[in-house]
Amino acid sequence: MAALNELTIKQASQGLIKKDFSSVELTQACLDRISERNKAINAFITVSDDVALKAAKTADDKMSKKAYPLLGIPFGVKDAICVQDVRSTGGGKILDNYVPPSDATVIKKLRDAGAVLVGKQNCDAFGHGASNENSMYGPVQNPHDESKVAGGSSGGSAAAVADNQCLFSIAEDTGGSIRQPAAFCGIAGLRPSYGRNSRYGIMPMASSLDTVGPMAKTVEDIALLMEVMAGQDAQDATTVANPVPAYTKDLEKSIQGMKIGIPKEYFDIEGMEDDVRKIVEKKIEQLKDLGCDLVDISLPHTKYAIPTYYIIVPSEDSSNLGRLDGIRYGVRAEGSSLYDVYADSRAQGFPEEVKRRIMIGTYALSAGYYDAYYRKAQRVRTLIKQDFENAFKNEVDVIVTPTSPFPAFGVGEKANDPLAMYLADIFVSPGAVAGIPGLSLNAGNTNAGLPVGLQIMGPRLGEETILRVGHQLETINN
Amino acid sequence: MKLSIDEIEHIATLARLSLSEAEKKQYAEQLSVILEYIDMLNEVDTDGVEETCQVTGLEDVFREDVVASSSDEERKKMIDSFPETVGNLLKVKAVFE
Repeated sequence: MAALNELTIKQASQGLIKKDFSSVELTQACLDRISERNKAINAFITVSDDVALKAAKTADDKMSKKAYPLLGIPFGVKDAICVQDVRSTGGGKILDNYVPPSDATVIKKLRDAGAVLVGKQNCDAFGHGASNENSMYGPVQNPHDESKVAGGSSGGSAAAVADNQCLFSIAEDTGGSIRQPAAFCGIAGLRPSYGRNSRYGIMPMASSLDTVGPMAKTVEDIALLMEVMAGQDAQDATTVANPVPAYTKDLEKSIQGMKIGIPKEYFDIEGMEDDVRKIVEKKIEQLKDLGCDLVDISLPHTKYAIPTYYIIVPSEDSSNLGRLDGIRYGVRAEGSSLYDVYADSRAQGFPEEVKRRIMIGTYALSAGYYDAYYRKAQRVRTLIKQDFENAFKNEVDVIVTPTSPFPAFGVGEKANDPLAMYLADIFVSPGAVAGIPGLSLNAGNTNAGLPVGLQIMGPRLGEETILRVGHQLETINN
Repeated sequence: MKLSIDEIEHIATLARLSLSEAEKKQYAEQLSVILEYIDMLNEVDTDGVEETCQVTGLEDVFREDVVASSSDEERKKMIDSFPETVGNLLKVKAVFE
């Protein structure tokens, strides 16, 4: 049998219910793995041993034959999501000492379901980045090759799951921050539809795009987590009232006859690595074995997603990050005037990329430029959204693409070229701009042993379908 | 569009960010490159296209306007996280000079 920390949620839950092992043993196995590996991988900023073992003990006391699928299961949380009484820095020194007074709604739901928090995970500061190199707590190394990045912004969350330091992670995806690191680390990650999961308690980045979702070893585990996480929350007015489906129920139901869209714009681009193309195309061929029809489609505004994203996000960012000013919480710089306290707290507490985005956003929203940038981007956003709506309405059930045009790149390789880093999100930003769900799962590894991700996108609130297709693709070789 | 150091200083003031001389120079160059890339959006004809401000389709989400209190414990934790206090009050620099 695999080591306890190597189990999936489903396997671990079965073992716990049968009393093959206890949650304390399972949790200790994860904590041991973290302490053995954190120096090399740097996936965790804060490890909460005491909180974890106490929760594990409580879970063991509650354990019974009745199925509580998350009872006693150890998990980690991206540091940009608030957790009660555990330091939550968001990856930025301005919150180095910040301990939230309450849990984010999704975290509360998971803890109420008995899941065991082991710690807070490294990320690009406040979600800004695609490589985890913008964390003020150091970059995260990819467990498959420590000279490579883990992806971002949820790099620690992805690496921790891939490296068996916890059984699942909860992270945030504004423009690819769950899917891209999931792809780079060879695990599964879901960006849910905007409005499906509550974002209360999340450090906001771009409010019209931010989502919270799960990262795990299998698509089946993702489905299980969504059953607990999803739903309306009075604390987040953007959450929808639609009932939460039983996502695990129909995972095995045949997908024969399903129409799978292959958008040419995602395959015709320059800079896609041959290995990635080959692995993804091979995986897509397997959809035919499952009885699906492949349909060539076009999403003509795809290339405008990145420029649209990099106006909308920094603009909303520059506004949201205004709350981080050293006044009510976090680290306050000394200063002779109120202005200096603000300006110096922010200068010392934010890394370069965060400052850069604040500068772009402030410029785009400043007098005289609003129409040319933000309003224009919001209009192009409509066209990008309509591309997807037309495809799902008239042509296909789901859309399949690579998650990233390349596998994990070298630490430092793109660090000095912000634009090259932005282009790392080229396949994950369009769906984010449109507000639709996207799942990334491992499609295979390159000759160099680096994971390649396949992305499955669906219509708004179409999580059930993309999870079903993902699960069947993931298990076809079993 | 090339941004000048003066413009960078103006934006930094609006954003309440202290920048070093090196940072000003660096951001002037990088922001210019990024804005030039973003100008690609001008290729797209958006005449008559509505703006997408949000994607949920929800309209006017109302709730009763009632006071919800937090626990004393939660209140204490929030006060404990103030960078400077006088008793239970948050201390800040003078707003008016």
